[in-house]
Amino acid sequence: MAAKFNQNDDSVVVIVGSGAGGGTLGNELAQKGINVVVLEAGERHEFSDFVNDEWASFTQLAWKDARTTSGSWRVAKNFPTLPAWIVKAVGGSTTHWAGASLRFQEHEFKTATSYGRIPGANLLDWPITLAELEPYYARAEEKMGVTRTGNRPGLPGNNNFKIMKAGADKLGYKECHTGNMAINSVERDDRNSCQQTGFCFQGCKWGAKWSTLYTEIPKGEATGKMEVRPQSHVAHIEHDASGKVTGVVYFDKDGKEQRQKARVVAVAGNSIESPRLLLNSASSKFQDGLANSSGQVGRNYMRHMTGSVYAVFDKPVHMYRGTTMAGIVRDESRLDPKRGFVGGYEMETLSLGLPFMAAFLDPGGWGREFTSAMDGYSDMAGMWLVGEDMPQETNRVTLSSVKDQYGLPVADVHFDDHANDIAMRDHAYKQGAALYDAVGATRSFPTPPYPSTHNLGTNRMSANARDGVVNKWGQTHDIKNLFVSDGSQFTSGGAENPTLTIVSLAIRQAEYIADQMKTKTI
Amino acid sequence: MSGDNGRHARRHEAVSRRAFLRRSSEISFAAAVTVTAGGALLNASEAWALDVKGLQPQTMKTLILVARDIYPHDKVPDRFYAIAMKSYDEKAAADPTTKTQIESFIASLDGAAGKGGYAGLGWESQRVALLRAVSNSPMFETIRSGLVVSLYNQPEVWPIFGYEGESYSKGGYIKRGFDDIDWI
Repeated sequence: MAAKFNQNDDSVVVIVGSGAGGGTLGNELAQKGINVVVLEAGERHEFSDFVNDEWASFTQLAWKDARTTSGSWRVAKNFPTLPAWIVKAVGGSTTHWAGASLRFQEHEFKTATSYGRIPGANLLDWPITLAELEPYYARAEEKMGVTRTGNRPGLPGNNNFKIMKAGADKLGYKECHTGNMAINSVERDDRNSCQQTGFCFQGCKWGAKWSTLYTEIPKGEATGKMEVRPQSHVAHIEHDASGKVTGVVYFDKDGKEQRQKARVVAVAGNSIESPRLLLNSASSKFQDGLANSSGQVGRNYMRHMTGSVYAVFDKPVHMYRGTTMAGIVRDESRLDPKRGFVGGYEMETLSLGLPFMAAFLDPGGWGREFTSAMDGYSDMAGMWLVGEDMPQETNRVTLSSVKDQYGLPVADVHFDDHANDIAMRDHAYKQGAALYDAVGATRSFPTPPYPSTHNLGTNRMSANARDGVVNKWGQTHDIKNLFVSDGSQFTSGGAENPTLTIVSLAIRQAEYIADQMKTKTI
Repeated sequence: MSGDNGRHARRHEAVSRRAFLRRSSEISFAAAVTVTAGGALLNASEAWALDVKGLQPQTMKTLILVARDIYPHDKVPDRFYAIAMKSYDEKAAADPTTKTQIESFIASLDGAAGKGGYAGLGWESQRVALLRAVSNSPMFETIRSGLVVSLYNQPEVWPIFGYEGESYSKGGYIKRGFDDIDWI
């Protein structure tokens, strides 16, 4: 039975957000007997409510509240009010994510040491190492049922993967397989196995893909220690004279202001909303926003170096059939500065349905060049290129002059590519096109980055309070009972899809919070 | 387009239509596409042009041609472009300012085309040259960015491109060809 807590109950842990970070942290704390209230801005749609229709699903799940953009990135031109393609619903972006679950590499936890000085990049080593995180990675993989870990079989390869594999073999790539996916390859954890339906981004109607919506959240609720309040948009965090946080003010589904008291507050609203909340919580004591003595809140916004290559063949492919992210080439994820950039990138199959292909293949494009590409839709294969981008202080989330439906300043997302990002993208485009050429592509398209799905770094971890917002536990340097529990903690982005690392950090953070509560340190 | 695509087109036409009717109320872009539900499935652009409420018939006819010139697909019949542009007629009927904007956008294209107007130019490249000249205007961008959704989001158009749409109700593709590629 899900719990129901009094709003004046100041013994609860309040978590803002129910995605990979917040949903996992909530369940982990509830399993330890700690009372948790999860406030989620979006509605609760169960997986049977998902729709196999791109635009309809976007309307159902996406974060569409106002945001603004600035900077030289193409997203600011083509999608000025949609910097990110992420979710506003219970489960957060774990409803929408592809499922790729990769561990960071050792050197990616110490970029300042491994890469040396890169002009314009605000590189910093994480205050934790791969070795410290490994046990938590293993627990996250077990929780999420990641394929090709813990004796779980891989998923079968679809048409899009078969093309990728044939091309990878021709180019001499060694590590190409159907991925480490948090998608059931066999029935597990009372959930179906993958039925190769496609529409992974629209929410898995089989529940085969791990999402906190139908794993962590109901498990947490079943303890009687966790309450999830949907349509609860947190406006600001409150604190007392000593600087300790005491609760949050939020707007309920009717737009009415509510207040939930708390012993601990954990912010997990994704790397755009989390810094926005800290900045919007500025007070006379904390004039630059909460936990912002370093001035780093909102800075070092990373979105991964991304891009896609789609290629047309003279025979049918039907790439949209089956798992959206159905395979991976990992060879380019290594650190090898001889390629002209530091960091690495992954090549992962991707497909879009016809409506989204039209919107994203070449945003703003029209005429025969564009439509002849669309005419090749069923003969098309595709991959996403995702790699480490450089943290830059000037890439940042700030408060915009635009206000949302509650009168709160919205987030402005400013981004400029670093020269290293551009060099990596050019290399990735070339390799992606070469892979498809090797199996007979007649034409390929270097497709620009979509609105960001991997939003990272805006409340970063640092050993020293001067350099970042949170410590190695995601606890803010400035306020002991205020935590950050999402990808905004990342000190650097790595080449890998971030969810597995977010979940691993949340499991680890839950142990720390429970321990600190027990010893009455917080 | 291969023969394979043709087979999918026939197999899924009926299903797509049903799915569309069911879904149309859910999507925010319904205004642009619900006209198919009215049963008007005449093929000729003339018929669409005559069935106007806000715009001049000739304006609607030219607007449909502009839509095809922006996203030309030779295997997509006129009616889908008409459906995609129908919302402009409705907006024009409801709002005089919109009506003036659209009428004057088309009038300026006609003026630039000279005698015979935009629709009188025989080659697509001649018409596209006129569109390129106005491609930075807000009206062109409004039309293009609306069209990229209202044209490609019509489930009845999908089979023409070999896209099969919704698959959950059919059990996904696990037994329906997710790995059926035989030429690699």
